Amino acid sequence: MNWLIAMLQTTLFVALAPLLAGWLKCCKCRLQNRKAPSLFQPYRDLIKLTHKQPVVAGQASWLFTIAPYLVFSATVLAATVVPLIAVDLPTSASADVIVMVGFFAFARFFLALAGLDIGTAFGGMGSSREMTISSLAEPAMLMAIFTLTMTASTTNLSVAINHVLNDGLMLRPSFVFALLALILVAIAETGRIPVDNPSTHLELTMIHEAMILEYSGRHLALIEWASQLKLMLYGVLIANIFFPWGIAETFTAQALGYGLLAIIGKLAVLAIFLALAETLVAKMRLFRVQEYLSFAYLLGLLGMLSHIILEASR
Amino acid sequence: MSAANWTANFLNQLTAAAISVEQFSLPSASLWQIESRHWQQFATLAVGQDVRWVAGWAEHVEGRLFINACFEKQGVYVLLRTIVNAAKPELPSQATVYPAASRSERHTQDMFGVHFTGHPDHRRWTRHQAWAKHDYPLRKDFPVQGEPETVTPPDKDYQFIKAHGEGVYEIPVGPVHAGIIEPGHFRFQAVGELILNLEERLGYVHKGIEKIAEGRTPESLARLAGRVSGDTTVGHCWAACRAMEQAAGIEIPPRAALLRGILAERERVANHLGDMGAICNDVAFIFAHMQFSRLRELWLRTNAAVFGHRLLMDRIVPGGVACDLSASACTLIKQEIVQLSKELSEIITAIDLNSSLEDRIYTAGYLAPEIAAAFGTVGYVGRASGQDRDVRRDAPYLPYDHASFKVALEDQGDVASRFWVRYKEINASLKLIKQFIAQLAAGSTLTEWQAPPAGSEALSIVEGWRGETIAYVRFDADNKIARYYPRDPSILNWPALEKLVLNNIVPDFPVCNKSLNGSYSGNDL
Repeated sequence: MNWLIAMLQTTLFVALAPLLAGWLKCCKCRLQNRKAPSLFQPYRDLIKLTHKQPVVAGQASWLFTIAPYLVFSATVLAATVVPLIAVDLPTSASADVIVMVGFFAFARFFLALAGLDIGTAFGGMGSSREMTISSLAEPAMLMAIFTLTMTASTTNLSVAINHVLNDGLMLRPSFVFALLALILVAIAETGRIPVDNPSTHLELTMIHEAMILEYSGRHLALIEWASQLKLMLYGVLIANIFFPWGIAETFTAQALGYGLLAIIGKLAVLAIFLALAETLVAKMRLFRVQEYLSFAYLLGLLGMLSHIILEASR
Repeated sequence: MSAANWTANFLNQLTAAAISVEQFSLPSASLWQIESRHWQQFATLAVGQDVRWVAGWAEHVEGRLFINACFEKQGVYVLLRTIVNAAKPELPSQATVYPAASRSERHTQDMFGVHFTGHPDHRRWTRHQAWAKHDYPLRKDFPVQGEPETVTPPDKDYQFIKAHGEGVYEIPVGPVHAGIIEPGHFRFQAVGELILNLEERLGYVHKGIEKIAEGRTPESLARLAGRVSGDTTVGHCWAACRAMEQAAGIEIPPRAALLRGILAERERVANHLGDMGAICNDVAFIFAHMQFSRLRELWLRTNAAVFGHRLLMDRIVPGGVACDLSASACTLIKQEIVQLSKELSEIITAIDLNSSLEDRIYTAGYLAPEIAAAFGTVGYVGRASGQDRDVRRDAPYLPYDHASFKVALEDQGDVASRFWVRYKEINASLKLIKQFIAQLAAGSTLTEWQAPPAGSEALSIVEGWRGETIAYVRFDADNKIARYYPRDPSILNWPALEKLVLNNIVPDFPVCNKSLNGSYSGNDL
């Protein structure tokens, strides 16, 4: 039964990711005084792409063709680790947050290789930029997460969320720092403004999009879907660790239903904030990203220090 | 030193250097004819006098080639000409002295087979693979439709500048781009993200404008001129019509001149609005892009409602204009200006307060005033780098001779300067439109055309939205065009892009390029 719910949760994750992307787009359009496309447009785009024949460059190796499948699978596996509507599920018990970061790194590794594989200047440029950014983002992310896990004395997300739930509402300075750090990292990792612009057509400014410029058809659909999933993953991570209230602690239909509604509500609110941020700021100069991520790392570090100084002694 | 003085002094200097000059007079410029062996020496003396190189082109006339170059200082234009034999045309290059002349000379080399001795760069420029080695398309014996092979061979052997060293790599971009823009190829040499060198390779939109202009009637040439570059349709059309009118000795009615002024300023406003939005879009500040697009769209809709064409194509015709303004249309335009100023100032406040945008556009794409001067950059690109130059003020023509406005000027030379110059120019244009409407008096809008005598020629200079736009026209017998050469401002501004991106990083190139926004079509002809 628990395994069934765990599978259901992962399926929900995969199924709802395009909806979140659609909602985000909708919010951005409204903020820019534009008419928004339907909420379900990302689904239509994915379906359209799967119907198209993928065009693969002549010099592409097998790596280029399998990378989308690897990226998608790794992201789905990462999604199994994160509690969406319920805690204490067997999948989240079997793997912890470091495994999740590992899955992301795995997916990125293959995407970067695929970018290099076809030998165009843009692919290589994108891979190089992506690796530069991730080498700075990953430590910052781990630092933020360690701060959280120190409070709960575990690296398991499910247990950590349970811990926050049981402690009730209290202001922990370390959590505020960690939250800010995680938000900064999430923006960088999911390629949003001000780090990357997911909707740009300018090849030379691209980071994530430059790596996948040569993809088409179902390959592109998988990669797009994986990035929507990644965006949702980070959203859920932020929503459920810092504001876990509403998540199902028992596996009754009612609790699960509430859990689903709660996470949808939380993500909808988060997306509004993200859309607002993306509307208010321009993209930063590429070399500023280092400062930005160093700042995220610093916030994570401050969170950890404040945990040790203020909270651990009690 | 007064304007008339520099030519007099310069002529003295030429005489001292034993360069004999035959002087003729054209309506907007003086025509000086020299011997071909003095071609480069003239340039050397001119550059010493801070005379600016403006344009260069050639013409095939009965077995001889007329080589022309246009110079300017203080709003006084001089058309320099030399005549060489078409059999083995050769003359010393001016590009060694004026870097701005380089591409025009290469164009002349490709189209006429003229050899410019001492030219620093003998690679082809406009020439493409559909022409055989000794085909020179602009010579009279080359057929208009060309002699193309069934399959044009691929263009493989163009030698780009190479860079070597640890970690240096090459990024080829284009000619096909991801966005909806014109085709052009950019070759970057970069270390990491730093741009070491950029080389432009243009010519992908070569349409043979100069060739198909030959033999046209004035009306038909005006239509063609309106299509040299779609966004400058009023500018080029006005320049061509004015040149033809001057050649034919026709004066246009005052009402037509004012209407032309309104059309040109409306074109300027529409394009600047689009550009300001596009600059913001290139640094992912999409909010501003959407707002500017909206304002531009409303502006274009008024164009369609009042003048019958969104981009104002074919509104200017030889002898006047093909549209008129009713009293109600004048009111509509005035109301629209009030509305636009109000909305624009709101957006500008939002932009001015945005530090993330400021961080991107200030100091990016710096074009030093010395380089801007050396390349003779015009329009907003020049004015953003302190080049205080505006044909509307320096060489005023109807209706600007009775208008008062301030030439926008910035001296920082970065993307932000080019942004703010555009904003100032919009405001100046709105004022000008109001002045022109106030001056409108009842009257005709079209003078009847009179066929000019064969061989009559004229050069006309107008300030298009991109800057100084030039048209040279010579008539054949029977009211037919013998030669038309349009000089888009982009021809002077494109080389500046290669300089202003140096020491910038690769991902900043798009915004630098957009801030310059050269026309590919106007450059390639």
